[in-house]
Amino acid sequence: MADVTFTVDGKKLTAPAGTLLIEACRKAGIEIPAFCYYPGLSLQAACRMCVVRQEKVPKLQTACTTTVAEGQVFVTESPEIAQARKATLQLLLGNHPLDCPVCDAGGECELQDMTFKYGAGESLYAEAKQHRDEQQWSPAVFFDRPRCILCYRCVRMCGEGMDVWALGVQNRGVSSVIAPNGEDHLDCEECGMCIDVCPVGALTSGSYRYKTRPWEMNHVSTICTHCGDGCKVTLGVRQSHEGTDLVRGDNRDKSGINGDFLCAKGRFGFDFVNSEERLARPLVRNASGRLEPTTWENALRVAAAKLKEVRDSRGGDSIAVLGSNRTTNEENYLLQKLARTVLRTNNIDHVRTADYATFARSLAGQEHKAASLRDAGNAPAILLVGGNPTEEHPLLAWQLRSNVRLNKARLYVVNHRTIKLERQAKAVQGVPPNGYRDLTALLDRNEGDLAKAVMAEESLLLIFGQEYRGEQMEALVSWGLKRGNVRFAYLGDHSNSRGAADMGVLPDLLPGYVSVNAPGAFAEEYAGMPAAPGKTAPEFLEMAQSGQLGALVVVGENPAQRLGWAPDALRKTFLVVQDLFLTETALQADVVFPAASLYEKTGTITNTFGDVQLAKKAADRPGVRPDFEILVRLADAMGADVKALVPFGKRGMRADFGQSRGAQSGEADRHAVWLASHGLEPKLSPFDPLAVLDEIERLVPAYKLDRLNLFAGNDVPTEPAFVPVSALTQPRADLVNPAHDGLFTSGTLGRYSAYLREIEEHQAHQLAETAAD
Amino acid sequence: MPRLVSHPDEVKIVTRRFGQGAANIEKYLELGGYEAAKKCLTQGPDWIINEMKASNLRGRGGAGFPTGLKWSFVPKQSAKPKYVLVNGDESEPGTCKDHLIFLHDPHAVIEGTIIAGLAIGAKMGFIYLRGEYRYLLEIMEKAVADAYSKGFLGKGIFGSDTEFEVVTQTGAGAYEVGEESALMESLEGKRGVPRIKPPFPAVVGLYGGPTVINNAETIATVPHVIAMGGAAYAAVGSERNGGTRLFGLSGHVERPGVYELPMGYNLKKMIYEVGGGVRGGRKLKAVVPGGSSTPVLLPEEIENLGMDFDQVGKAGSMLGSGGVVVIDDQTCIVEFALRTISFYQHESCGWCIPCREGTDWLKKSLTRFHAGFGEAKDIDNIRYLAENMMGRTFCPLGDAAAMPTLGFVKKFRKEFEDHLNGKPCPFAKHVELAVV
Amino acid sequence: MTPRESETMSIFSPALAARFDALVEKYPVKRSALIPMMLYAQDEIGYLSDAVIAEIADRLGLTELDVRNVASYYSMLRFKPAGRFNIQVCTNISCMLRGAYDLFDRFQEELGVGHKGITPDGVFSLEEVECIGACCWAPAIQVNYDFHDELAADSVPGILQQYRERAAANGGR
Ligand SMILES: Cc1cc2nc3c(=O)[nH]c(=O)nc-3n(C[C@H](O)[C@H](O)[C@H](O)COP(=O)(O)O)c2cc1C
Ligand code: SF4
Ligand code: SF4
Ligand code: SF4
Ligand code: SF4
Ligand code: FES
Ligand code: FES
Repeated sequence: MADVTFTVDGKKLTAPAGTLLIEACRKAGIEIPAFCYYPGLSLQAACRMCVVRQEKVPKLQTACTTTVAEGQVFVTESPEIAQARKATLQLLLGNHPLDCPVCDAGGECELQDMTFKYGAGESLYAEAKQHRDEQQWSPAVFFDRPRCILCYRCVRMCGEGMDVWALGVQNRGVSSVIAPNGEDHLDCEECGMCIDVCPVGALTSGSYRYKTRPWEMNHVSTICTHCGDGCKVTLGVRQSHEGTDLVRGDNRDKSGINGDFLCAKGRFGFDFVNSEERLARPLVRNASGRLEPTTWENALRVAAAKLKEVRDSRGGDSIAVLGSNRTTNEENYLLQKLARTVLRTNNIDHVRTADYATFARSLAGQEHKAASLRDAGNAPAILLVGGNPTEEHPLLAWQLRSNVRLNKARLYVVNHRTIKLERQAKAVQGVPPNGYRDLTALLDRNEGDLAKAVMAEESLLLIFGQEYRGEQMEALVSWGLKRGNVRFAYLGDHSNSRGAADMGVLPDLLPGYVSVNAPGAFAEEYAGMPAAPGKTAPEFLEMAQSGQLGALVVVGENPAQRLGWAPDALRKTFLVVQDLFLTETALQADVVFPAASLYEKTGTITNTFGDVQLAKKAADRPGVRPDFEILVRLADAMGADVKALVPFGKRGMRADFGQSRGAQSGEADRHAVWLASHGLEPKLSPFDPLAVLDEIERLVPAYKLDRLNLFAGNDVPTEPAFVPVSALTQPRADLVNPAHDGLFTSGTLGRYSAYLREIEEHQAHQLAETAAD
Repeated sequence: MPRLVSHPDEVKIVTRRFGQGAANIEKYLELGGYEAAKKCLTQGPDWIINEMKASNLRGRGGAGFPTGLKWSFVPKQSAKPKYVLVNGDESEPGTCKDHLIFLHDPHAVIEGTIIAGLAIGAKMGFIYLRGEYRYLLEIMEKAVADAYSKGFLGKGIFGSDTEFEVVTQTGAGAYEVGEESALMESLEGKRGVPRIKPPFPAVVGLYGGPTVINNAETIATVPHVIAMGGAAYAAVGSERNGGTRLFGLSGHVERPGVYELPMGYNLKKMIYEVGGGVRGGRKLKAVVPGGSSTPVLLPEEIENLGMDFDQVGKAGSMLGSGGVVVIDDQTCIVEFALRTISFYQHESCGWCIPCREGTDWLKKSLTRFHAGFGEAKDIDNIRYLAENMMGRTFCPLGDAAAMPTLGFVKKFRKEFEDHLNGKPCPFAKHVELAVV
Repeated sequence: MTPRESETMSIFSPALAARFDALVEKYPVKRSALIPMMLYAQDEIGYLSDAVIAEIADRLGLTELDVRNVASYYSMLRFKPAGRFNIQVCTNISCMLRGAYDLFDRFQEELGVGHKGITPDGVFSLEEVECIGACCWAPAIQVNYDFHDELAADSVPGILQQYRERAAANGGR
């Protein structure tokens, strides 16, 4: 809309006609108090805090519903307005417990802030306040009714935002109350979004409430370790006798790709970090066959000696390496480089949750065709084929819903099941489970409402799920490329499975999907790398069973569970495991290294859309080390040239990236932003993963990253077009093994989150109740 | 059965058919019914709206908005269907006039609805009665069914090719649903919480379509305006206040009842002559002129007061719904104020803070005050509360609660002061301790 | 939301179920039938039981939460049974001025129950209500949907007797 000029507090402002006054003011730095207004949710005009005076209008107007027009004149602060706001606060406080010092929201409460500003502290009333007991609605959500100011943010967030509609308003007048859908409990997605938007301490989270005070925490924003979407999550960290405690996950910093959003896993599922079952010391299998705690030196010596022996006596071919879907890009890169150059094997793989190799191959040479997750929030038309984002990609689902709701985007859903996002869809096309291959033909024939509408779209964001692999995916992408004006996104599970594939944790492909058969620059870089492609993960098992697998290194993966490897399958193999927990796989190991989680280290990770983000070290855990450091030490113990492995100290200054420091890397990060902007990144330590990021950027053209943006905490896209077309081999689509983790599961990691388990039990209980009805 | 009353000063236009069995469609036709609708069908929308404008008919729901002008706001072209919505929620204490209309002249409401539909180009009308009026709903349903079977409603009304449907229903107990936007919410099956304005109902109303909402009395008046001609109707009333109004006289009068008097009729006369004076020959203490939300008037303020929207407004109160509540000298004003605010506290929809919390604190303070536990500062506190609700709420209910309270405290401050220090009230009917 | 399986699943009488079927067709939007449906269901079942709420939600394609949100707004709707004859005494201003509190007190005395109380035999319940739109014929009450106006405390025994007889005629309850 055309811009209009209007006056606020004597200042001339300009904004598109029809902009809400409150938004126009915020943009100009004029803060108008608001309880019920929340950007992106429907308007309420209920709290009356945002009242302003508009020239020539008899009554005070609400800035949250007034739209700006040419020539209007407003006053937003005056004695009259201050009195109106004060009176409103006095009314609220009349029945509000004034125990801010013990309230869970103390220090982060909008009512407290407003009272401070307008001075309505004294109570006018002689009547006793009504007390009501706090209620627990679910593992995640507690409700303290007297604190509720009825701003309805929670109701709208749950309904309009989440499309769950689990909260309502009941009764009327002063008896009005927020009510959960199960009468006295909640049956919902447990996302905690309602808690997040609650301006006061009425809704509190089961995981955080009354644990600490906001000012006693440091707040570190990093990236969620669970699904493949990569939300930015702010972790509240408190010093403890053990180092640090992660006490809260939330979304204070709304600057990430997730904007307002976090799902249950990102918000509550960080507690595996504090699990009693965390490994704190390395373990080595002793003479009597039992795993026994030992020193790092000893464990490294045992592992290195044996690996070296196997390599030197039986050849690198008899060693295999299984990487992780959750470790950082730098770690994945280092792992495969170590495998190829130190262990001298191409037997490296990971449990592939999606066929990223084919995705890369299909888009090779096609610039600007890969979509970022941000595109899902603003593309005018989206075709979603397969997958179930609501369960498996909660952020993507949020983006799609918001895009439909706020921008009137058109969403088209093709699926073999009924998925919840159909509620936002403009058209839906069912297909048989094996019928995805016929989709392009159906579209071309303009058959049915969906096909007609999709074909009429000028541009399209095509998002597809793990149903697409190999040739079928290539056909879909080439259809899209032919059609023109289509961007693509591919969905895979876990926080860095895209990164694992991009970094070449694959037997036949090097970083950037360069074929082992035609290694190009890598031939020189990776001295000693075997020439032939290696074995795949399932083949590791065969090798082990036939006694050909001398040693196996498993980093952050649990094949015993995930791939169903029998407990004794690796009896004849020397097994080294790096993990947070003594998993089913670790139980079989000869050496176990206690590893740091993503929240305890720094590095980059790539979401399923190819957006790279910086994960920052938030916490410290005694005894554990980042996988990066473990790998470097292992190589060192094997006598490898660490400088060849990690290009550190080449043009460094004096610091590392906070990696080897305390948990509170906030300071180091600002420092790093400055250094990066001056081309002066410090890489003096071999444990600094950023040294490896240099090498990744140098050797993987898709990872030409805008560093300043990356270090400032933003998501930066990769460009799969830069994959060398000629070098590509036919990817093994048959090896894809999706995890299909849902809202409350997250592979092996999720099992160690007491919180997610509790939510799951609550959920199962709800189901049982409904079934019994 | 509500008693019908009569007085020589009455000008019977809307009540013309009362007590004559006009709920029966044949009787209604015999008394000239449905002629106005037929006339409108041939004259067309512009003519109807002009007649309505000429009539100076102002909304009988309370706000007194000129009806013809309201109708003219409805856009001629609309992508969404347009609707007529008849507000029979009648819940303002002191008001029971629509009750009689539904009871004695249901077809007048239907005919008025049809005419409003013709004026704005709507094909559907809704008649919404308050939930307590179940027996009146049954009368309305019967009337609607009869109109359908006569062909006055349905596909081609009165043999024309115009379609008009009427649906009747009731609420389920909620004063706030009388507010026009809350009424639309209720009719859409939702909580009776008002909508943000603008957009106004004439542009975006029921189901998102342009909607005219009028009080049942306003609508029942429409056929008479058409029959008499707008100018003739206007001439009956006072300046800018056309025609007659159904005044409900209640409280301490000798002859309470609903009287149809010309707009501008003197209030004192209304009480002393039409109503037969204060009951038992007592002295007049105060009058609530237009339903419980209108500020109370003192005897000296009604001497020369003509009952129309403008004159009562000038006197510092409002004509409102036309419910005149007469209060004698043996009434406790604190108790009256408490009973009034209790109502608004009970009926506040709770959406906005000043009304939800304000009515509750007013009720609590007045309850305690009335029970003899008031403190001197309470009087100013009550006033402060009411003043800070005025003009600050989401819909006019907040004002409706604050205005009368301010009136009582300002005009009867002495009586409030007399309640301090546990002094028993000589007039109190009902004393309850503050219950929390 | 799946379509309703069959009418035989309804907890309502066939006549009421049929009425509901017609009601949802009357409006441009199905949901508009919600408030009348709740009233009629309450008239038949006595109150909005969980089963009533579930069936209405199902018929209109709403969540039970949504139905409860709306139902709890309206003061005539209740979630607990009332007496067979629910006596609603208006004590609002016009009635108050003409003796409504005496009337209410007399009902309390005669019935031995207070506001929102139910007599042990379940025949009567008593409620103090807001204005019922009979102010000019004050004081007025409603017994279920029937109006009684221009009452005095002495009218109470007669009214109660009238309804007791009706209850007796209908089989004692
Ligand atoms: C709290 C509140 C309650 C109202 N109750 C009623 C009512 O019961 N009946 C009515 O006709 N108008 C009522 N109104 C007025 C309506 O909002 C609306 O102005 C009226 O129905 C318009 O009709 P009219 O122009 O014919 O008066 C109420 C307004 C408010 C603010
Ligand atoms: S936790 Fe999420 S889904 Fe559950 S009620 Fe809150 S917003 Fe709704
Ligand atoms: S619980 Fe919080 S968010 Fe919800 S209405 Fe109350 S104050 Fe607002
Ligand atoms: S699990 Fe996925 S959607 Fe949920 S917070 Fe983590 S990254 Fe975001
Ligand atoms: S003033 Fe506010 S709380 Fe009161 S009825 Fe209107 S919207 Fe509801
Ligand atoms: S923010 Fe405007 S009324 Fe609440
Ligand atoms: S005041 Fe009792 S019916 Fe109106």
